[in-house]
Amino acid sequence: MTQRANLPLFDLYRTMRRIRSFEERVAELYVRGLSAGSMLHLSIGEEAAAAGVCAALRPADSFTTHHRGHGIFLARGADPKRMMAEIAGKAEGYCAGKGGSMHIADMALGHLGANAIVGGGIPHVVGAGLSYKHLGKDAVSVAFFGDGAMQQGILYESMNMAALWALPVLFVCVNNQYGMGTRVDRATRVTDFAARAGALGLLAESADGEDVTAVFSAAETLVAEARGGHPGFLAISCFRFFGHGRMDKSPYRSAEEEEAGRKRDPVLRARAALVTRGESDEAALDALDLAIAREMDDAIDFAAAAAPPAFDALFRDVFAPGEPAPEPLRARLDRVLAGA
Amino acid sequence: MDSDTHLSETTYRDALRRALDESMREDPRIIVIGEEVGRYGGAYGVTKDLIDKFGDARLIDTPISEPAIVGAAIGAAMTGLRPVAELMYVDFLGLVMDQLANQAAKIRYMFGGQIGVPMVLRTQGGTGRSAGAQHSQSLEGWVMHTPGLRLAMPATAADAYHLLRHALTLPDPVVFIEHKALYARKELVDFAAPVPPWGQAVIRRAGDDVCLVAYSRMVHVALAAAERLAERGITAEVIDLRTLNPLDMATVAASVARIGRAVVVSEGYLTAGVAAELAARISEECFDFLEDPVIRIAGEDVPIPVSPALEAAAVPDAALIVETVARMLG
Repeated sequence: MTQRANLPLFDLYRTMRRIRSFEERVAELYVRGLSAGSMLHLSIGEEAAAAGVCAALRPADSFTTHHRGHGIFLARGADPKRMMAEIAGKAEGYCAGKGGSMHIADMALGHLGANAIVGGGIPHVVGAGLSYKHLGKDAVSVAFFGDGAMQQGILYESMNMAALWALPVLFVCVNNQYGMGTRVDRATRVTDFAARAGALGLLAESADGEDVTAVFSAAETLVAEARGGHPGFLAISCFRFFGHGRMDKSPYRSAEEEEAGRKRDPVLRARAALVTRGESDEAALDALDLAIAREMDDAIDFAAAAAPPAFDALFRDVFAPGEPAPEPLRARLDRVLAGA
Repeated sequence: MDSDTHLSETTYRDALRRALDESMREDPRIIVIGEEVGRYGGAYGVTKDLIDKFGDARLIDTPISEPAIVGAAIGAAMTGLRPVAELMYVDFLGLVMDQLANQAAKIRYMFGGQIGVPMVLRTQGGTGRSAGAQHSQSLEGWVMHTPGLRLAMPATAADAYHLLRHALTLPDPVVFIEHKALYARKELVDFAAPVPPWGQAVIRRAGDDVCLVAYSRMVHVALAAAERLAERGITAEVIDLRTLNPLDMATVAASVARIGRAVVVSEGYLTAGVAAELAARISEECFDFLEDPVIRIAGEDVPIPVSPALEAAAVPDAALIVETVARMLG
């Protein structure tokens, strides 16, 4: 076991509050008609998974996420303005407005990409781990995915390879209890996901996603082990407070279940702990929350004011610059019809 | 090797191995990852003995997990390596299509040009070994239909060498489809001789009466047909496309515009296939010059049967091309 860093709970709280505040603004962006579409998957209720795991990573490490990855990217240090601009489909977004919420990525922060195919980004961290091992680079790659991906075959192929080749890789399942509208116990008989990973030879642990300190502690151990060539798996149990996407009013679950689930609130729990332990007080936390709210309001304003991509961006980046590019249809029509 | 001319008799398989060998020596970032690529030497022997030269860290034998093989190659390509992922049969595209079409092909675009996926997916397809409906297909149409993928389909040993060498320098994902019936085909190759650039088609035989447009094994079938047509006093031009993405329509259009007749020959399924795309493009771009409709000669729209007699009948042969051209001109 490795030496535990003593990360202040206050820092983890601030990260989680920024995630929640950002996600609330994403919902607002949609309601105001400023988002690019409605396929916006909020991670409210899952903040501890993002904050706890990312706090255990180093700058050289990399990761992929699922479609519900805003919080993870923010916890990694993303600029909320450029994130919001990407979600609005604007040129100043992280991916020039062409990726959006579900395909946001940033190589500078080691974000190898959010993915809209369940399980789609998981094998990429196996490849990253292979690179790091091959090139002798001291880095770990982490795949974040939901409980839905636990039923995808490619996860098991990837976990098997990572274990077989002793790669610096960590698999993190953010189990928010729902794959779209299907609760996890309607998707599998075996909900102890760590047991599955352990069976493939990974170091597997579970953590309570309401307790950010517990998540950080487990992640720190597993990341350190992965760095040493012992790949791992971390199952984090939490509750998805709202629907799958913005159009989903959760008809598949009861008000009672939602009420109970939303009591598992990692942000409020950390806040209460800070006050109880005397590490902060209500007034200071209120001031922090307000400052974060303003920062996220600015992100909406930035996204709203940003320019959409220019038309010719449509044909850019299908292939590398300078390589033969697709012929735009209008150019083709002009060429073909010129002789007609 | 003949020291004066640099000519050596080489099989398509050996030319591919030579390309891998030389590229791996030049570029330490190249790894080969796939089922049986190491100790076994590749299901068709292409990577034979390379593990002895480069070790098991660069010739990586994998479990039978095609989607994760391609997915791992993608992640490795994004983080500093240049992987060659081997898919034992092109028919297994059905297993890996998400990683290929939704991931590798789209990463540069979705991420706003931040990063590319410089990998080569080597695979082989086609008929000729009675390998049955799940091991004999020509699925290049699936790849050609996907923006973001390059697609090479060499017909000769020289092209197998040069196109693979070039593919291993490109910044974007390349699907490299070899033909299982060509591996043992020998030809005299001068590896030092200049070759047409990547993305440029070549005229394998000049003619004035009909233009036969083909790629991969069908180039040889078209050449055989052209030989028989010549005996009847009909001269056929034979174009080898070499790559389907990029697609060199300029060479094809110039030839068809001069000749006025085109037959597209593909081993892939007829309907909505590569031949259909080529025929549509020729029709659009050369309409004023065409004396006949552009004719497609392609694979029958049936699964490939095992029986040698039926398998051969499921894909174009020289006799069908000869008969078709004779009817067009008759």
